[in-house]
Amino acid sequence: MTRADALRSIYPALVDRVVITIMGAVAAELQSLGHRPNFFYLQHAMGLASSMGLGVALARPELPVVVLDGDGSVLMNLGGLTTLARYRPRNLVHIVFDNESLLSVGGFPTATSTGSDLAALAAAAGVPRTVTVRSLDAFAREFDAAVAARDLTTIVAKVEAVGPSAYVTDLALLENRFQFQRYLAGRR
Amino acid sequence: MAVSVANSRVIYDALKASGVRMLSALPETWLVHLIRMAEDDAEMTLVRLAKEEEGVGISAGAHLAGVKSAMLMQNHGFLASINGIVSCAQLYRIPLLMLISHRGSFGERDPWQTEGGAVTAALLDTLRIPYESLDDPGVVARRVAQAQTLATASNKPVALLLTRDLMVEEDSGAGAKAGGR
Repeated sequence: MTRADALRSIYPALVDRVVITIMGAVAAELQSLGHRPNFFYLQHAMGLASSMGLGVALARPELPVVVLDGDGSVLMNLGGLTTLARYRPRNLVHIVFDNESLLSVGGFPTATSTGSDLAALAAAAGVPRTVTVRSLDAFAREFDAAVAARDLTTIVAKVEAVGPSAYVTDLALLENRFQFQRYLAGRR
Repeated sequence: MAVSVANSRVIYDALKASGVRMLSALPETWLVHLIRMAEDDAEMTLVRLAKEEEGVGISAGAHLAGVKSAMLMQNHGFLASINGIVSCAQLYRIPLLMLISHRGSFGERDPWQTEGGAVTAALLDTLRIPYESLDDPGVVARRVAQAQTLATASNKPVALLLTRDLMVEEDSGAGAKAGGR
């Protein structure tokens, strides 16, 4: 499974959801499918996309939030899994694309390549629903199940270590930020 | 040493008056009453952190979602948050209100707090984060309101340093109680 195919498979469901992504390949690939005002790309601050998602989810419990995370980012903020689990926002689905490498900075292997299990870590942190998927079918099925369950879910999607040809897009960081804020204000 | 309940209340009330409805915090001795006040307040969402940098992301999310928030942390927590402050709050122009207990300053008894106290103000200067020290309970309400106003107007982080004079009622010297972290 490639991350781009996985994103494509759930894109129709992301259209009405608040989506927060990490930097690099995830941000570029989601934008290539079509940017929307409800998509925010945290292009730095590795590890904090899940914390931002928690902030949005707690501030606006009526909004469905999807965080698109990565193995390198989760490993930088493992403590954040315990905070996420502690407050258990039922409106948040946490997707971790695990390519077992830091792809955008040269592809060096992360600890998931030597056996660290992010779904198990999330479960041990107290996330009530966790799963690891290795196929597109399973990914789409588990995403739908997470949405239907209305409970905090971490889906670890094992994906190939391939990414887009370029990471910088035409969307300026601050343009994205203010557009996203206005979108959220408009959803009152 | 006893942490001042009365002055903690003054700070808490000032935060409420400035519109703060979400507090992310990591406990330390000086902050215990503030955190308890947040915990007992049905109007406040308290987020207990594993590490302070998470609070930067949480506040950024809350801000973009329309909720005013603040971070409560020790200066060592501020040190631990600096990448998040620069690459989230500053990069994305987030009006991040930080209340930082200024441990390791004059009067500090805990040897382990002394290094952090010596670099806190210099780091705030280097990061170009506007800050004021809170030492007089009489001006807390105004300073907190001003900090919130500046953060909102500039869309940038602003810090308030909680000083020993404000937070601690010195005891008769019957033995220094070890502080947190």
